[in-house]
Amino acid sequence: MADLKTNFAGISSPNPFWLASAPPSNSGHQVHKAFEAGWGGVVWKTIGAPVLNVSNRYGAWHLGGQKMLGINNVELISDRPLEDNLREISEIKRAWPDRAVIVSAMVESTPEAWREIVHRIEDAGADGIELNYGCPHGMSERGMGSAVGQVPEYCEQITQWVTNVAKIPVLVKLTPNVANIVGPARAAIAGGAHGISLINTLNSITGIDLDTFEISPNIGGKGGHGGYAGPAVKPIALNMLASVANDESIRASGVPISGMGGISNWSDAAEFLALGATSLQVCTAVMHYGFRIIADLCDGLSNWMDAKEIKSIEEFRGRSLHRLSTFQDLDLNFKAVARIDPDKCIKCNLCYIACNDTAHQCIDLVSVTGQIVSPGLDFQSSGKQAAIDGRPTPMVRESDCVGCRLCYNVCPVESCIDMVEVPSGRQPKTWAELSNELPEVSHDWNAMKRYREANGIRIH
Amino acid sequence: MTFKERVAPVRRDPLAEETPAFTPNEALLEANRCLYCYDAPCIQACPTHIDVPQFIKKIASKNLIGSARTILESNLLGATCARVCPVQELCEGACVLGHEHRPIAIGRLQRFAIDSVTKDLFKPRPPSGKTVALIGSGPASLSCAGELAKLGHEVTIFEKKSLPGGLSTYGIISIREPIDIAVEEARMIERLGVRFEFGIEAQIDDLVGQYDAVFVGAGLGGSPQLGIPGEEDILDGLNYIEASKVDLNSVPVARHVAVIGAGNTAIDCATIAKRLGAETVSIVYRRSEEDMTAYAHEVSFAKNEGIRFDFHSQPIRVLSEDNGVVGLECCRTEPGGLDESGRPISHPIPDSNFVMQVDQVIKAIGQVKHLHRLDTERGFIKVDVNYQTSQRSVYAGGDCIRSHGSASTVMAVQDGKLAAMAIDRQLRGSNG
Ligand SMILES: Cc1cc2nc3c(=O)[nH]c(=O)nc-3n(C[C@H](O)[C@H](O)[C@H](O)COP(=O)(O)OP(=O)(O)OC[C@H]3O[C@@H](n4cnc5c(N)ncnc54)[C@H](O)[C@@H]3O)c2cc1C
Ligand SMILES: Cc1cc2nc3c(=O)[nH]c(=O)nc-3n(C[C@H](O)[C@H](O)[C@H](O)COP(=O)(O)O)c2cc1C
Ligand code: SF4
Ligand code: SF4
Ligand code: SF4
Repeated sequence: MADLKTNFAGISSPNPFWLASAPPSNSGHQVHKAFEAGWGGVVWKTIGAPVLNVSNRYGAWHLGGQKMLGINNVELISDRPLEDNLREISEIKRAWPDRAVIVSAMVESTPEAWREIVHRIEDAGADGIELNYGCPHGMSERGMGSAVGQVPEYCEQITQWVTNVAKIPVLVKLTPNVANIVGPARAAIAGGAHGISLINTLNSITGIDLDTFEISPNIGGKGGHGGYAGPAVKPIALNMLASVANDESIRASGVPISGMGGISNWSDAAEFLALGATSLQVCTAVMHYGFRIIADLCDGLSNWMDAKEIKSIEEFRGRSLHRLSTFQDLDLNFKAVARIDPDKCIKCNLCYIACNDTAHQCIDLVSVTGQIVSPGLDFQSSGKQAAIDGRPTPMVRESDCVGCRLCYNVCPVESCIDMVEVPSGRQPKTWAELSNELPEVSHDWNAMKRYREANGIRIH
Repeated sequence: MTFKERVAPVRRDPLAEETPAFTPNEALLEANRCLYCYDAPCIQACPTHIDVPQFIKKIASKNLIGSARTILESNLLGATCARVCPVQELCEGACVLGHEHRPIAIGRLQRFAIDSVTKDLFKPRPPSGKTVALIGSGPASLSCAGELAKLGHEVTIFEKKSLPGGLSTYGIISIREPIDIAVEEARMIERLGVRFEFGIEAQIDDLVGQYDAVFVGAGLGGSPQLGIPGEEDILDGLNYIEASKVDLNSVPVARHVAVIGAGNTAIDCATIAKRLGAETVSIVYRRSEEDMTAYAHEVSFAKNEGIRFDFHSQPIRVLSEDNGVVGLECCRTEPGGLDESGRPISHPIPDSNFVMQVDQVIKAIGQVKHLHRLDTERGFIKVDVNYQTSQRSVYAGGDCIRSHGSASTVMAVQDGKLAAMAIDRQLRGSNG
């Protein structure tokens, strides 16, 4: 069985899965239950300044009968007294010495307030502290949370205050509500952070109640943007993780990243690890299904590693990072075309309409006798046999296929459409190379036309 | 309360509608499973070519009015069809998810959409000043009348019975379609402006001349004669089903029942007898199981109900005593050459007679054709592609023209709809 042990800036845990700082990590009772279920660590629900919460604090986005693809919240940091939290933190750490216990904190932006909270967290026996620079609502209006995370100077300054006094590792949790997340990440490291956590929640409005025109969720007739998380944000989180993990200076610092945002199962987790995360945090999936999801997270990850003959997470961590590229370094002459496996195809013809209405019109409908036929139904006949026997099959005209991959994405049948690499007959060439060799192609369509003709590039 | 009282079975209608309605939640889950196929095969398979993916997606988006309208635009009798269509042979049989998964429950979704909407969805066009008379109020006529009324024509239906709906009301077993559904559906047609005259056995010749066009949707007649001794003691299957729908208490209950026939009607009769408490119910058929005209899913339904099948058995005589039937004498048969329908002719085997101990015999051996003055084909009214009969201005559709293929409600609905369009073209002067 693969080794899932994790060491994050000196904090060890039996597996990389930590509860994110959020409702699942709100109390000792819950964390105890989570550790019994097998979670490797916890980032305690953010403690700090006194707050009061509102009702109807979670909104959600559902699609096609799938509940909670995204959750949105206007919850603040912990509304339980500081003393209760600290007492439970120390009880938990004593009961579970092998698990990572990190405490998220957010206080007023003064060195005194931060020093005070750091000492109290250390006294409770925590393994680490996470600075919440992410909360996008409420706290930010009071000059905390994302109000700090969005300004690299504040980010560095406050981190410095904390690292100056802290004896345990300090993680900085970043907000995704910025144009470029690398800036705040660098600032945190410049401030002495020992680890980076990302992402916190995204600004969002989940919907409008069309009976009342209230913003959903309705809070006494009002509503507003809340923090968005869950499966829907995973692609955004992966991109932010990759851009931070691939940043030269951050890489050179060796500061580890705790990745989160939409992790629901082991394969999501493996993807975060392949893009350089060292530990993983989960919130929404736990809020949806409970602590028990840890079983598949650990078991699935380790079975996949076994199948790949990967012995430890370190062995594949960051393995996909070197593939990260900008557009101008992609090979323009790499060519793939769609190919449909007629034995798997169920003839829903969704690929046909997608290609014909919105892509490049290169899927044909072919009759049983091999003739290309027009779309449309025959209203002179009916019955199951006529419908099945007369139904044409979609077929890709590969010579015209531009390899956009739309049909592949819409096909409802697993591995029915394959994107097959085909020789383009041309040497690899990137836009950077091309525009360097022939600068005119980047601003003159005639030059581009000449280049295409000379190289046999025909676009359907 | 004694134990016995507590376990006493809840009395329920033995012929209550069998398939439960979808709850909104079930409907939503099922609707979301539909792939929204392009040129979907379910549309092709449906005889009225309802835009199935469209109406299902509208359920998924909670646009139920839009969903019901999509259905009714192609098929005004969507409520009946949703319950009685042999979907395994039609839309659901063609669903692309049928192969590896479960097909979408199109019939039940259709029922959900129609049943969710109580308001009328169509507003007839301004009056055209033209009049049309329809004979019969079965699915063919109701569909035709509704479409004509929508187009602004003045429409009158003549029905010899006292309730509208034809076989939907009187012939389709209640477990599939309760009588109220069919009657309520006819009321919806009435609200489009259609007039109903009940208790009138209309004649084509009386109507031609009085109306600008006539549509014959008279269906078929009663059961034919078997021509065997004691036939007067046999119950007519169609009357038997009608009694079960109109007044369940009037249905004679027996302990051992033989049903003669091999079609869906025979299975319906057998099902009623069984549900009303008969100990044994046997379907008696002179040919083999493969030769049955009933749908395969109906046959397996009957087997599940505990109905027995006696194949290669030909009734010869009904045996009766003073207080009724005591047996059905049959003989064994063997297959011979093929008949005109391509099925083997059955030959009686000499000296193979045997008596089935039964106290009730029901025959369900098809329906006779009405006699008409119009040109016919194998006894059915002959029509051209426009559903016009040999007499100009007289159109026909439904079971009375179905000389080929198996008759079904949805086919009758399609006939009525297409005939209405042809009649409209004629009335507006654009049809030859
Ligand atoms: C027992 C049984 C079960 C069936 N089950 C199914 C099923 O589950 N699914 C399915 O799709 N199909 C089923 N069918 C077939 C379906 O019922 C018919 O195909 C359909 O009803 C035909 O419609 P129609 O309008 O042509 O005729 P009908 O429904 O027969 O209606 C004809 C109407 O015309 C009236 N009429 C006749 N002559 C006159 C006259 N001279 N003046 C006034 N009124 C007249 C009759 O009283 C009747 O109301 C079943 C049929 C039977 C017999
Ligand atoms: C209801 C809710 C409350 C949250 N509260 C906090 C918080 O107090 N502190 C914090 O750092 N992050 C908080 N988060 C953000 C999560 O820790 C996490 O960053 C985010 O949900 C992304 O992970 P996920 O997609 O697994 O949910 C909260 C998220 C949710 C949904
Ligand atoms: S989308 Fe896939 S299953 Fe559907 S027709 Fe195209 S190839 Fe076949
Ligand atoms: S009318 Fe009948 S065949 Fe047509 S879609 Fe509805 S249930 Fe299916
Ligand atoms: S064939 Fe099935 S999946 Fe496709 S549109 Fe019709 S009901 Fe939906």
